[in-house]
This record gives sequence, structure tokens and C-alpha cells, in this order.
Amino acid sequence: MNEYNFAYLDEQTKRMIRRAILKALAVPGYQVPFASREMPMPYGWGTGGVQVSAATLTPEDTFKVIDQGADDTTNAVSIRKFFENTAGVKTTEETEKATVIQTRHRTPEAKLRKDQIIVYQVPIPEPLRFLEPRETETRKMHSLEEYGLMHVKLYEDISQHGAISTAYAYPVKVSDRYVMDPSPIPKFDNPKLEMDAIQLFGAGREQRIYAVPPHTKVVSLDFEDYPFEATKADHPCDLCGAEDSYLDEVIMDDAGNRMFVCSDTDYCRSRREAGHVGRLAEENAA
Amino acid sequence: MYVAVKGGETAIENAHAWLAEERRGATDIDELSIAQIREQLGLAVNRVMAEGSLYDPDLAALAIKQSRGDLIEAIFLIRAYRTTLPRFGYSKPVKTDEMACDRRISATFKDAPGGQVLGPTFDYTHRLLDFKLAAEGEVPAAPTAQPRTEATPHITEFLKGEDIIQDEPASDTTPGDLTREPMEFPSNRPLRLQSLTRGDEGFVLGMAYSTQRGYARNHAFVGELRIGKVAVEMDIPELGFAIDIGEIELTECETVNQFKGSKTEPPQFTRGYGLVFGQSERKSIAMALVDRALRWEELGEDNLGAPAQDEEFVLSHADNIQATGFLEHIKLPHYVDFQSELELVRKLRREAEERMQPKEAAE
Repeated sequence: MNEYNFAYLDEQTKRMIRRAILKALAVPGYQVPFASREMPMPYGWGTGGVQVSAATLTPEDTFKVIDQGADDTTNAVSIRKFFENTAGVKTTEETEKATVIQTRHRTPEAKLRKDQIIVYQVPIPEPLRFLEPRETETRKMHSLEEYGLMHVKLYEDISQHGAISTAYAYPVKVSDRYVMDPSPIPKFDNPKLEMDAIQLFGAGREQRIYAVPPHTKVVSLDFEDYPFEATKADHPCDLCGAEDSYLDEVIMDDAGNRMFVCSDTDYCRSRREAGHVGRLAEENAA
Repeated sequence: MYVAVKGGETAIENAHAWLAEERRGATDIDELSIAQIREQLGLAVNRVMAEGSLYDPDLAALAIKQSRGDLIEAIFLIRAYRTTLPRFGYSKPVKTDEMACDRRISATFKDAPGGQVLGPTFDYTHRLLDFKLAAEGEVPAAPTAQPRTEATPHITEFLKGEDIIQDEPASDTTPGDLTREPMEFPSNRPLRLQSLTRGDEGFVLGMAYSTQRGYARNHAFVGELRIGKVAVEMDIPELGFAIDIGEIELTECETVNQFKGSKTEPPQFTRGYGLVFGQSERKSIAMALVDRALRWEELGEDNLGAPAQDEEFVLSHADNIQATGFLEHIKLPHYVDFQSELELVRKLRREAEERMQPKEAAE
């Protein structure tokens, strides 16, 4: 696809996006408006992440794309292919080897390094959106640091259900200032948001970019008597035996038998290559 | 033994191949040409140009062919192409009062300079299926007349003399560009009009209809509806003057609305404005009604809480490319989110059962 510029977007557009990224890094957790472009994939399918990746990638980068933690889900395949065609960058499925990782709905299990950038696809960047639909109102609430509504919501959850009933896209407070939506990652991933790598969040349809710089304080909202809890299915991975990874539940047969496998396919693969064996992996070897 | 679902790549390629075959349809039927679509499905081409925000009938026809006639998909193709085009500059404002009108009607005056010109309209056709068309579509030539050569003045100009219609003072302020700046609220009228003209025809129609049915009712007359070609002029810095770079077909609608006056404005007629690429009558009238409803604040009217008065609501939901993308993204895998919800619901159910049990034991 030589008829398009490197990584599809023209240089003017990339400059505009890079400015938004720099501003986002300077004000952690603040949603920076940017003039999102129409991309050749639909809004809601990662256009924000794609634009941030396009503005971030250099020809020397190695790019990895995951969706639900996996490299081989259809939309991850499609986005990876897009950058193979338009940027000609090297791609990889190994978290370790990637310099830029675009993700939807997961933070990788492996600890990311300071020379890596992770780009999250964000559907609704505004953590207060489902409490207040108006952008004019929510922007005011952020500027006044008026987050009472969110605490009331969490409190009402506890009084009605005995627990905070948010399982993914669990709100966090960044650097003691902005309440931020970490994108629809499971709350299991929230503790990983304090990391060595740069984290960028792109919301194309909603025209927002935000960021968490390395080593920035990220606190999941909670109460002293109802502390935040990063939960996952209470099983080890049936393929690699990992006890510390987020698991997908897979229905295996008509009788409704289940198995649990790592959602992070690269993590699972590298553990199995290192000789770790789960409950159902031996049958396979036999 | 479970094997993780692999082969997304092959599946995608095969799906694309099948799609291409379906698009072509039965091969013993002649293939549609771009020229056929452009000439014979002109109103579909117009809609794709209007909502795609790109005036190019051939590309719009190509998009319709490629999208198997799914117009929103065609609009999407045009939008995605449009964003890759460099901006050379901006044209001068088009002069719609110099439009070569194919159609020009007014519902407010029986006759006016320039006359009532019906033009090629469906308006007074009886909607009876024409079975002759199924056999052959050849038609006799329509009668012709000498075209009007002088400019056709806008109807609202005639009301201006009496000071009975709200003035729209000219301004040389450069309007914003919603394709180059992020939309922020409160917005302003140029941006609202940009959003409405590329907004989904069905959405804008529904919003306009709601004002007619009483949600911020503002009885509108079609002061004027005109369709025709206008010249596009652009300043060429190397030449030092403006030249014609082409012509485009437009539909322009100005509504004249009842207005009893407000705290700040005297009783007078007010206006709504619609301007759309191509022959797009329904869209331009709807646009004018919604434009008028959104002007409540500048005219000192009450906010009745009607959807069509709510700028943030209307502009945030008018774009069908944004809407369809987000709507259809729920087809993508969400099993990580779903898994976390599954665990949460199981946990909440367990806790609810535990709370119920001691009570039952006590009873």
C-alpha cells in the first residue's frame, strides 16, 4: 500500500495526535480532545488505538496486537495486518519482543519494560458517562475534582449487592487527581496499571486521548471497609497451570464441562514452552 | 482436548472472498457499471456524497457498487477515503443566489420573481408501481423551455424590506471545521450546520419530525427550496484572483418560522437553513427544521427539554458512521468482560443465598 503515508496517517495528522499524546502524558488521567480522523475500520473497533499507534510507531518498532489477551482474535489479526501493510513494521506475538503493544480489554501478564509502550483501545473514555450522559457536565465535574457521584454509585452498589458491582472498566484515580476509565480491562488488571512502560489510551469516536506515564500512582476506587479486590476465576490455567493469570472459561462439550485457560495467549505459550503443565495439557501430550 | 481457536487470518480472507462473490451476484446477469449507478441511481449517489462529505459522483457510485447498495457502508468508504486527501485550501463561499435552478419552489408566496419551477420531482407522482419499467426503461424526451439566464433572488430577500424576518448579518469570520477540530460543547451554528449536513438522513428526519409533532414545536413554512448547480471559486495565490474550479449541485432550503417574540427579540419570522450536496430535498428541509430548533438560545426562547433543542444530544448522535461503528462493535469478542461479569454475578448470587439462608432457618 505505497499510495499511503507510513502508518497510513499523513504527517500533519500524526503531529496533531503526538501533541495530544504529549499533553496527555503531562496531565496524567486527563482526557485530551483530539481531532480524530475517520479510519478505514469502523469507529468502536479500535480507531482510537490505531491512531495512537500510527502516531507512535517508527520504522524500527516491533508491533504486537492483542484483543481479549489473544493475538489471534479476528480484530487483532485485522489491526496487525493493517500496520503490516501500511507501516511495514515487524510484528510479533511475543510480549517480550514488542516495543509497541496495542491492546483491547487486557493488560499483558508479563511485566512491561520502560522501553515499551502499550496502547489501549477505549470505547467510552469518560468514567462518569453512565452517571451523567452530558459531556458538558462531566468535564465540569473533572475540572472541579467533583467525584462525589462516583463514590455514591460505589456506595449504592455495596448497600444493594454487598459488593461493588463493577467487574471491568473499574474506575481509578490517577496521580491523586483525575478519575480515569482504564478501558474495559477486567479489574484483575488494575494493579498492573502502575508500571514501567508508557500507557496511552485512544478513543477515536469520542475524540479523546489520555495517558498514564511510567511509575504514576494509580489507585482503584474503594472504601476502607470494602477494599478493592482484583479477582479472577478461582482455578489454575488448565493448559499451563498458572495460578496468577486471568482466565477465560471455555465450554467444552454438550454436558457443559468447562475448562479455564489463560486469556493472555503469549503468557500461556511461554509457560508451556518452559515446561509448565496444566490439568488438561497432559492428555494432549499423551 | 481443547485447542484454542486459531486461524483468524484464514477465516478473514475466506470471508472476504465470499463477500466479493456475493457482491457480484449471479454471473449470468450483466455487471453494473459505475456509469449506470451514477446516472440511474443518482439520488443514492447524492446521499453518499452528502453524508460522505465528498463531492465526487463517480467515487460515490463506486462506493455504492462496492458496498452492495448498503448506503451507510458506501458513506463509510467515502469518509475513509476523504480523510486521506490533503487540503489544498478552502473555496470562497458558494453563491446560491446565483444558482442555475433546476427546481425552485416557495410555499409562502404564490409567485415571486424567478417563478415556481417544479423541476424533476416525485412530488405529484402517484406512487403506483410502473410495471412497464420492469420490461424496459426507455422514456420519451421531456419537453424543454428556454432556461432563465438571470439570477434567481432568494425569497427571504423580499421579506427583509419589511423588517419582518430576522436578519442574518453577513460575517467574514472563518467558521470552524468539524473534520479538523474535536467537537466541543457548547458548539456554534457553523459547526451545527456542518454536522447536520453530513448527519444521517434518517436521524435528521426523525429529529425534524419530532419538532413538527410538538417536541419544541416551531411551525415551519418552506420559504424556499432550490436545487441546481453553483460555481465553486477558489483564490489562487499564484494568480492573485479567484477562478472557477468546477460546479456542484446543491439543495438549499430556507424555512420561515412563526415566532411570537421572546424576552430579547421582537415578534418576527425566524429562519432555519439547510444546504446539502446533490438533490437531497428531504434532508435539506429536515436540516432546516432542526437548525431552527437548535437556535432557541440565540432567539431567547425557552428550553422545553425537547430532544431537537439539545445540541449535545443531536450532534453527538447524528453521525451514522460513528453510530454504526459503535453499534456493530458489540459483535467483537467481549469474553474477558463477560468472564468478569460471570464471576461477579456468581459471587453476588452466592452472597445473596447466604443472606437468605439463616432467615429461612429461623422461620
